[in-house]
Amino acid sequence: MEFFAAAFAMAYQFGDAFAFLVISCAGLAIIFGMMGIINLAHGEFIMCGAYVTASTARMGLPLPLAILCGALVAGIVGMLVERIVIRHLYQRPLDSIIATWGISLIATQGVLIVLGSTMQGIGTPLGSIEVGDRSYSAYRLVLMAAAVALLIGLYFLFYHTRFGVIARATIQRPQMAQALGVDTRRVYGLTFGLGAALAGLAGGLYAPTMTMVPTMGATFIVESFVTVVVGGADIFVGAAPAAVILAAIRASLTAWYGQLFGQIGLLIAVIVVIRVMPGGLSAWIKGTRQ
Amino acid sequence: MRNTWRRGISAAALAGAAALVAAGPGFAQDAIKIGVLEDQSGDFAAATNVKVHAIELAAEEINAAGGIDGRPVELVIYDTQSDNRRYQEFMRRVLQQDQVDVVFAGFSSASREAYRPIVNQFDGLAFYNNQYEGGVCDANMIVTGAVPEQQFSTLIPWMMETYGNNVYTIAADYNFGQISAEWVRQIVDENGGSMVGEEFIPLGVSQFSQTIQNIQASEADFVVTLLVGAAQASYYEQAASADVGLPMASSVNVGQGYEHKRFTPPSLSQMYVTTNYIEEIDTPESQAFLEKFRAKFPEEPYINQEAANSYIAMNLYKQLVERAGTTEREALREVIAEGDVCFDGPSGTVCLDPKSQHMSHTIFLAKVEEDHSISFPRVWENIAPYWLGDAGCDLTQNDPSAQYTPSNPPPAN
Repeated sequence: MEFFAAAFAMAYQFGDAFAFLVISCAGLAIIFGMMGIINLAHGEFIMCGAYVTASTARMGLPLPLAILCGALVAGIVGMLVERIVIRHLYQRPLDSIIATWGISLIATQGVLIVLGSTMQGIGTPLGSIEVGDRSYSAYRLVLMAAAVALLIGLYFLFYHTRFGVIARATIQRPQMAQALGVDTRRVYGLTFGLGAALAGLAGGLYAPTMTMVPTMGATFIVESFVTVVVGGADIFVGAAPAAVILAAIRASLTAWYGQLFGQIGLLIAVIVVIRVMPGGLSAWIKGTRQ
Repeated sequence: MRNTWRRGISAAALAGAAALVAAGPGFAQDAIKIGVLEDQSGDFAAATNVKVHAIELAAEEINAAGGIDGRPVELVIYDTQSDNRRYQEFMRRVLQQDQVDVVFAGFSSASREAYRPIVNQFDGLAFYNNQYEGGVCDANMIVTGAVPEQQFSTLIPWMMETYGNNVYTIAADYNFGQISAEWVRQIVDENGGSMVGEEFIPLGVSQFSQTIQNIQASEADFVVTLLVGAAQASYYEQAASADVGLPMASSVNVGQGYEHKRFTPPSLSQMYVTTNYIEEIDTPESQAFLEKFRAKFPEEPYINQEAANSYIAMNLYKQLVERAGTTEREALREVIAEGDVCFDGPSGTVCLDPKSQHMSHTIFLAKVEEDHSISFPRVWENIAPYWLGDAGCDLTQNDPSAQYTPSNPPPAN
């Protein structure tokens, strides 16, 4: 029993770090990893999802629906942003950094001015469970399940639906897809919207556990960029294994040496990966496979 | 790190966020200019926007009553964006370019230590209206916030008597958290308790499940939470959902970031905070202050201790200038040296201590109940900021312009 409790404690910490990395990076993995747009407004899409989730939940909507609402609104906002700004910058990656960063500043400051410096939280549901002599938040287990479900769902979407195949084709060979009659602009728009919606979903899922402030997206940014950079262009052979490795590094360093070393470990891992395998894990895995 | 990086580039975009509160007509003499550097955006904005409003309220009242010594007050306000570099930039600007007479500046201790050398360099005068880790012995600074001998020497022994001797500290990993934790360690030790854990959390961290597990694994009787900023405040929600169930003690929560209003009950229940003012304090002085404040700023989410301290500081400055007959710093310090600069404000009567230029406070022990209402199990009347003076800091004799801690006291001479 003693052993089981200790093992559960470790697994819980690992799962918690894994869930945070996967959920926070999913949207970015699509926008940055697949589409190649360095989206500095990723955190603000997360904030958007969290704010919509919190306000709809406080209006009485059940939490799961409120989270979907948050994802939906973030997705719609994402598609608007794509149409108005990003669409014109696909061939200009450096300009897209400035543009998305500007959007992020406008969003943070705009929310601060319109909605004030904080928003009331909604409280974490589901209470706690006892394992051994310790208690754990049950909602965190839901988050871990959500992370796994998210990966499975995305795999299904990109490899077993018409939209997924067309999206991958469009992003890999835009001219070819266009020649075959695909409306590439629409596909780009939808894919960007999907990425934004996933960011919104991250915000919605974490909204009940966090402080609601306009800058809350910033706390996700480092983790999500690190995961995507380590992972490389592919979500499934890249971001997912990257999240596993980084979660193990982070959870163990945090457990042994504290939060500061958890963060340091994460950043050192990126530097090593960029140096050793510039294409990230996915390029490396695909390379060894061939 | 990510914050500063992103804000670094944002300097140009937001640097122009200055505002001037024009003085009313009818004043014959030049205005007294007061620089106000506070975080109106960024990680700390939730706790500090209200300080700017408190200063505006005081300025309006002072001007309506004829100004300071017949001169109107003019505020020069900049948004420091919770960024230490903005503090340095704007501190230079208000002292050099705007030529203000006095500056009211700073929330985090990191920001204060960032701007303090600049105040020294230009030999200006700054009010720091924030509770902090104590120990600043600097003739250019007047501190109206509470310090550890007022907040910890009261809180920690009370908690140990009530809940037990085993203490776990989690603190923000910068000068405030490190030095405050040192104070807690020392007071726990002096009272025969033991530290069962101590953890420092980098600013901006928002995920606490490992920390929560460490606390549960320890034999702690209560947890001292010295967490700073909006991101770290996520701890309470996460600890409550993991059912940690331990009483918490703090010098910064509730009184600054009104976490009991922002979070869903009961995540903050059994939180004990020593503060010199919060809006729940039910005295006639506090009620009068709240009424004036809400009349001018009906939308204000919470009126915290820093708002009261900023308001008090404005009135203390008025008194100093009127008694000295000038805004010249040494003349003001001679008035402080007389030892009777006091003000009846929202938190009762407070006085400036000539040796340290810190302020005495009545300290309220605020307890957050199950439904997040506040009760006050204990009040300590008129606690002087004695530590610096006792340790050997005497600004009436010399000015070391240094910050001291229990392990690094003023040199004996």
